[in-house]
Amino acid sequence: MASEAVAERRSAGHRLAGLFHGRERLQVGALLAGPVGWLVIGYLGSLALLLVAAFWSVDPLSGATIKEFTLENFEALVDEPVYRDIVWRTVRTALLVTLTDAVIAFPIAFYMAKLASRRGKALLVIGILLPLWSSYLVKVYAWRTLLSANGAINWALDPIGLHGPGYGTTAVWLVMSYLWLPYMILPIYAGLERIPNSLISASEDLGASPFTTFRRVILPLGFPAVVAGSIFTFSLTLGDYITPRLVSNDQFIGNVIFSNVANNQPFAAALAIVPIVVTIAYLLVARRLGAFEHV
Amino acid sequence: MRRRDGNPARAAWLVVAGLVVFMLALAGCGGGGSDTTGGGSSDEALQKLGKGEGEVSLISWAGYVEPGWSKPFEQKTGCKVNNKEAGTSDEMVELMKTGQYDGVSASGNATARLVAAGLVAPVNTDLVPNYKTVFSDLKDQPYNTFEGVNYGIPHGRGANLLMWNGDDVKPAPDSWDVMFDPKVAAKYKGKISVYDESSYIADAAMYLKFHQPDLGIENPYELNEEQFNAAIDLLKEQSANVGEYWSEAAKQISAFAGGDVNVGTTWQYQYFALKEEGVPVKASPASQGFLPKEGATGWSDTWMIAKDSKHPNCMYEWMNWIIEPKVNAEVAEWFGEAPAQELACKETENKNFCAEYHAEEPDFWKRVYYWETPLADCGNGEEDCKDYNDWVKAWTTIKG
Repeated sequence: MASEAVAERRSAGHRLAGLFHGRERLQVGALLAGPVGWLVIGYLGSLALLLVAAFWSVDPLSGATIKEFTLENFEALVDEPVYRDIVWRTVRTALLVTLTDAVIAFPIAFYMAKLASRRGKALLVIGILLPLWSSYLVKVYAWRTLLSANGAINWALDPIGLHGPGYGTTAVWLVMSYLWLPYMILPIYAGLERIPNSLISASEDLGASPFTTFRRVILPLGFPAVVAGSIFTFSLTLGDYITPRLVSNDQFIGNVIFSNVANNQPFAAALAIVPIVVTIAYLLVARRLGAFEHV
Repeated sequence: MRRRDGNPARAAWLVVAGLVVFMLALAGCGGGGSDTTGGGSSDEALQKLGKGEGEVSLISWAGYVEPGWSKPFEQKTGCKVNNKEAGTSDEMVELMKTGQYDGVSASGNATARLVAAGLVAPVNTDLVPNYKTVFSDLKDQPYNTFEGVNYGIPHGRGANLLMWNGDDVKPAPDSWDVMFDPKVAAKYKGKISVYDESSYIADAAMYLKFHQPDLGIENPYELNEEQFNAAIDLLKEQSANVGEYWSEAAKQISAFAGGDVNVGTTWQYQYFALKEEGVPVKASPASQGFLPKEGATGWSDTWMIAKDSKHPNCMYEWMNWIIEPKVNAEVAEWFGEAPAQELACKETENKNFCAEYHAEEPDFWKRVYYWETPLADCGNGEEDCKDYNDWVKAWTTIKG
């Protein structure tokens, strides 16, 4: 009896194995069905539904959606100059933060990849990852306290007769650059570490000065990694709305979406398309710059 | 292999194009018409109270449903209280749309929307014995009674405060001039704290009602194009002097405590929290006992019952419980607002409480403009007033 059952079970397993044997497509299909299904239905599907709403309108009183095709949300978006200002402010800050982070991150990543001892490297990685363990809100509120009129920055600058930036656009730039720096350092570090040391030695042997080696060898090989990191810093800044809210009076795209989402979802959805379009454009540029090669 | 030779970029574009077509198709044939309903009659209200269903799910402002009075309620009625706190009126409306809740403590800027969206049912006040002794100037108001049908039980009311730092702002202001009059406000440039919500437009309209009577503003929530634009212009002018717009109470508390702002509009919660921290804040009416001369915006909250409530009997029990004299006194003192129940004034721990909060002075409340939902129809039959969505959009342009 028992051995019969085992045999039967084995044969069921065998049959299943036989089904997959030699059928590459079926194997891959079975492996990926779950994750791809989730991606398409749960992720892209809900995104598509959100964006569909951008072409609907809303009953002003009840907030109920009127499901008829209209372009009025997009017209409002284009006609009202304040939205152009807000989009431009958001994109400008995202670019500025990205540039700042790239300039700060490159030397740190280079030191970690090529110069630091094993121990030093480990310490630096921990140091960079550590802030990611604490809550985003805690970090922003900490900056809010630092930048306050009676805060630590003004206290430190006061003896030399200077003033901190206070709350405002500069504060947003500072805080965002701080928040997203690890997302820039880590990809650059990974990219630079893959550059063989022999290439650097070869460049030196051929008589290049350290600066020329940096300019002609390290920078071109490391650049795709910088672009990869910039995708994080750029898109994270583009989507953030809590930092602007807490350290300035500036409105970002996310703030306007937030204030409309409760009573006018279609308009909020139309606004949400803006960062999606900007990000797609940015990704296309990034691809041109080689961010997705050798990944 | 053949498959790998395909151009991935082209494939990606095909996916994007497919999604766009799919979206447009969906948007186009979403079917006509909205599912708005509205207007009810008192027949729809519960006619007879039955046995409790064992639980009740509430949406409330922070501080309205606390163990101090919800536990005794559970013991007395056997209705277990599930409470969900909401931070804004918009959030309350959103939560009510889920259909999972039996009732909500709605402010006036949510009630009309809830009724229009058909999310709440009329209330049969005969089934709420304590309703008889609710202050009469809270009954049958435009924010709780629609077309003569009663939609809720008043909970309590308060005025938004003008708060200032007593060390920096002298003499004590008796008017909103400190925030709105360009000459006076310039003294506090960069130190003014403003509530970051479209409903603040009503504060500007209230100021104009007093200072520019020729605009003909009656109700600061019912503004025609000209009146609305005047209020928006005033707010744009003000924005040059604003130090910070606040939406979370914690943000305003830290700004006052850190010296970033020294005068602004606030709620009792922040005022008491700052006093506790030792910040020398003063506020009218809370510490000074008077309203600024223009009056003030404020709130009058109403417990409403969901149209498809699964526990209507427990909800009625709750609505009666929350205006029980002793309970209403407890809530009012905990939260810092005037009680809705007349008899609550005898039950407060602080015997002067009702006097301090002007609970029994109808004349005081005549100058408080409770939050309302701005509607296109402001009663003149012309539908020419600015509605809530106009207010939200204008608020974005004010901050720039």
